[in-house]
Amino acid sequence: MSGGGARAVAFLRHHRPALVGTVLVALVLLTAAGGPAVIPHAPGDVFERFAEPGGSHPLGTDSQGYDLLARMVYGARTTLVIAVASMTLSLVLGTLVGAVAGFAGGVADMLLMRGVDVAMSFPSFLLAMVTVAVLGPRLENVIVAVGLVGAPVFARQVRAEVLRVVSEEYVVAARSLGLPATRVLFTHVLPNSLGPVIVLGTLGTGSAILSVAGLNFLGLGGDPYRVPEWGLILTQGWNKRPDANLQVAVAGLAIFVTVLGFNLLGDGLKDELDPRTRRR
Amino acid sequence: MFAYVLRRLGLSVVLLAVVVLATFLLHHALPGDPAAAVLGKQYTQAAAFEMRERLGLNDPLPWQFLHYVEAVVAGDLGRSHVSNQLVTRELARVLPATLELSVAALLVASFVGVGLGVFTATRPRTWWDVAGLTAALAGVSLPIFWLGFLALQGVGEGGLLAHATGLRGLPLGGRFSPAEYSLGPWLESHEGATGFLLWDTLFVARDPQVFLHVAKHLLLPTLVLSTVPMSVIARITRASVGEALLQDYVRTARAKGLPARTVVLRHALRNAAIPVVTSIGTQLGYLLGGAVLTETIFQWPGMGTYVVQAILNLDVKPLQACVLVVAVGFVFVNLIVDVSYAALDPRIRAGGGGA
Repeated sequence: MSGGGARAVAFLRHHRPALVGTVLVALVLLTAAGGPAVIPHAPGDVFERFAEPGGSHPLGTDSQGYDLLARMVYGARTTLVIAVASMTLSLVLGTLVGAVAGFAGGVADMLLMRGVDVAMSFPSFLLAMVTVAVLGPRLENVIVAVGLVGAPVFARQVRAEVLRVVSEEYVVAARSLGLPATRVLFTHVLPNSLGPVIVLGTLGTGSAILSVAGLNFLGLGGDPYRVPEWGLILTQGWNKRPDANLQVAVAGLAIFVTVLGFNLLGDGLKDELDPRTRRR
Repeated sequence: MFAYVLRRLGLSVVLLAVVVLATFLLHHALPGDPAAAVLGKQYTQAAAFEMRERLGLNDPLPWQFLHYVEAVVAGDLGRSHVSNQLVTRELARVLPATLELSVAALLVASFVGVGLGVFTATRPRTWWDVAGLTAALAGVSLPIFWLGFLALQGVGEGGLLAHATGLRGLPLGGRFSPAEYSLGPWLESHEGATGFLLWDTLFVARDPQVFLHVAKHLLLPTLVLSTVPMSVIARITRASVGEALLQDYVRTARAKGLPARTVVLRHALRNAAIPVVTSIGTQLGYLLGGAVLTETIFQWPGMGTYVVQAILNLDVKPLQACVLVVAVGFVFVNLIVDVSYAALDPRIRAGGGGA
């Protein structure tokens, strides 16, 4: 593992954008983990409405009298948890479909990948909107919709990787030893196919944050005050502009910086893991 | 080439069939009883039963599907139960608004995106390159509704620029400001108006003043909507032109003494065109879906705001129709992209691969 650590340090030293991305993501994680212990108020405490920034309310209060800083800091938690949950759903579902398609081949492959083609022949944001419409406008359903819509990209990538790995000698060897197909798939093929999935997962977390925020902005996330989530906080501010202009600005900036962090990191990882673009 | 186009056409037909089936199933997947939605306050069990009978909801599913296909083919997309208007009529109102915005945004995105990509690719590893790539990455990381908000705060009416300079600032939303002109009567008073306002004001009404008014409304939404596709196109152009510039034929062209301009435009860009054209095509699909957020911020009376209302009201027919229209548009755009691939790439034209 220390070899991996050394490689990571060398990678970040050479790849400035990835370093910036790592710092941004680390800052957001740190805020989500430690922030609530540092700030003076809880997100549910009620104060004077629309208090000016300053004093014990560095960012002021919102239209309900909640402290904006508290909501933003707790919002880092919910926003990240929601994005990671969506992305994980995409990852697990997409990896399963892609791995089975690539490993089984034949009719199963054909059917699964045509399904993926069809799913990808709809604009993904519209597909997510319609999925929420079918499931009902609630935050949970937004998570599911964004997760489902993100899965096909993973499926395609994993299938391509599996097809590459299946013809490697160690897999041929494992098969000729007579190991069961599921064991070959899970212990030999999949672990060696996951490099690009890490890249997609990093980039996917960023785009999940954007999609969730977008769906929430359209009012598809249900009750906007149920949890502090950045997209919902932005939307509340937007609905109370111009009094809550600062709220919109701050929430949007937080989303932008976090997504930018994941994208910088993901792009860097792609360069590092892709032998074609590596060290050129 | 012909065989390739034919095969590609076959795939599109299959996709269209799946799209029609999917929109049909959507009707049944949506929560709530459509009959109750139509009846609203006049709901009684007997009336609901009768309404279900009238709407054909008691028929077997395959039978309902056949009726649905028949109606769609005949151009009958049903009525909205909220406005009680024909959906086709409402689409005729909202679709031009979205298309005008999307096409304008795609034009801006393509020209600036390809330009930026070529500009950075020809200056690899300079500050220009780094700045361009960083801007493009920032562009795909922006929540577009936040960008719209910032744009309005900056250059909109009553925004920062207006305060600083005393200028009026750009309109805050809509395609037409009702205070000055009213869109519906204006369109009706002009025979042959298409709903594409730039065209209508310039070529139908021939009124440069109204044209300017309309263009001012279009400017900010277009710029905001174009950011994401512009960034994607710039990144792909940068990558593929950058790769092409490292190839032997570029070295040969340079060694022949061709001017740098010719080398870049005729040799590098042309060989890099396929991924660029693909990205432009897929971005048009993105725009048709992604215009939703932009339209919401700028109160643009297009399909985006229409579909959001349909979802929030569980208004089945408009929702079905919008999904149908966007998906069909998407299928056709992809078809055109793949065919223009073939025109650009002799390997596919020859009928060989084309996977």
